[in-house]
Amino acid sequence: MENVEQRIKKIVAEQLGVKEEEVKNESSFVNDLGADSLDTVELVMALEEEFECEIPDEQAEKINTVQEAIDYVTENAGN
Amino acid sequence: MSKRRVVVTGMGIISPVGNTISEAWENVTAGKSGIRRITRFDASAFTSQIAGEVEGFDVSEYLPVKEARRMDVFIHYGMAAAIQSIKNAGIEDISGLEAERIGVNIGSGIGGLPMIENTDEAYHKGGPRKISPFFIPSTIINMISGNLSIKYGYKGPNLAIVTACTTATHSIGNSARMIEYDDVDIMICGGAESCVTPLAIGGFAAAKALSVSNDNPQTASRPWDLSRDGFVLGEGAGVLVLEEMEHAKSRGATIYAELAGFGMSADAYHMTAPSEDGEGASRCMENALKNARMNPSEIDYVNAHGTSTPLGDIAETIAVKRCFGEHAMKLAVNSTKSMTGHLLGAAGGIEAIFSTLAVYHQISPPTINLENQDAQCDLDYVANEAREMKIEAALSNSFGFGGTNGTLVFRKV
Repeated sequence: MENVEQRIKKIVAEQLGVKEEEVKNESSFVNDLGADSLDTVELVMALEEEFECEIPDEQAEKINTVQEAIDYVTENAGN
Repeated sequence: MSKRRVVVTGMGIISPVGNTISEAWENVTAGKSGIRRITRFDASAFTSQIAGEVEGFDVSEYLPVKEARRMDVFIHYGMAAAIQSIKNAGIEDISGLEAERIGVNIGSGIGGLPMIENTDEAYHKGGPRKISPFFIPSTIINMISGNLSIKYGYKGPNLAIVTACTTATHSIGNSARMIEYDDVDIMICGGAESCVTPLAIGGFAAAKALSVSNDNPQTASRPWDLSRDGFVLGEGAGVLVLEEMEHAKSRGATIYAELAGFGMSADAYHMTAPSEDGEGASRCMENALKNARMNPSEIDYVNAHGTSTPLGDIAETIAVKRCFGEHAMKLAVNSTKSMTGHLLGAAGGIEAIFSTLAVYHQISPPTINLENQDAQCDLDYVANEAREMKIEAALSNSFGFGGTNGTLVFRKV
């Protein structure tokens, strides 16, 4: 089974229409991967779906990079 | 002031009979049906289980996957047909053109019903957080026009007309008016539809509008035949590039036909049934001829609305006779819906293309499945075999729920 980091990078690549190798831990969704405000909302929805969790809006606003997403999921989602 | 003339310089199609202009034309002139059993969902509980579905369509040939995900299927089809037409007309590069004088007017009768149904289900299962931020822009009807202007930088009028099954005809006709009126030099216009879904099939079936000839899909759409029992739902898109004639000539564009006239009318009679005396439809054709400054006797070919409904086919026959008088019997009156099914808001788009090609190639496609002609439908419907013939001018009809009518006249250039 893939680890959290791999799963998140795969989702980010798919959601934002970029190649998986372009998705680095330090990549910012907006500044590096071309996301707009609607993209980031949809990305959070995809993460919720994948990890079967609910990310409150005030938390979601703090997730701006791939690493921040990995950290959030690792700390808050069991699977 | 002399009238600014409008010509067709580009065409694009996604349809049950093919996803390119050459393939679709080859199939409709060969009399091939695009109707089959529904594959999009399990239709076994529905009275009507057949449709003209688009096959072999890959949206990634036209759009980046990320963009395509934010569009329902009717937008995919509309964008694809529009992109084909733009390439065909040679206007994908706007340098050298005035972007402010290029507009887009591509409508849909129903819009993003598949995504509305899916999002509704997601909401009921998971609550409001399961509604995508792209739900609204992926389903609303003016988003083909919007996305196309963003993609190519066309800064002229940007709109979408919604008039049920007359949508594309009204879109094309009103676009021609904008060119005539000197608002613009070029319009990309037509219609798109994709609603082979439980609610659409169920809704039309409940209205008893659909054929239930489920065991014989390819012969289910049979306009003017005695055993016709309703229309077959189709999907796809038909888009034209219209252009002011001198503008087209000065840039050396290929001109397929002139769009010589456009007429509109309302039956003011019934929500879904046509007026039995054909008054509304006849007046619509008369208005189109008047706009074209042509006499009825100058028309050789009619691409009929011809949906294969018991009432509609008779009403249109009466309307044609009412408008054309004795000349009605000399017309080739053809229904390409016998092969494509009824594409609702896209029907007028693909049929404007078939009318243009009929003029361009001097061929009437056949009306297939016409085996036992209804005595109340006594015109020459070009039964079962395509016909090479002189076509100086063609007329294309669309009639929609609400009693809204539209007619286009195409003339040989």
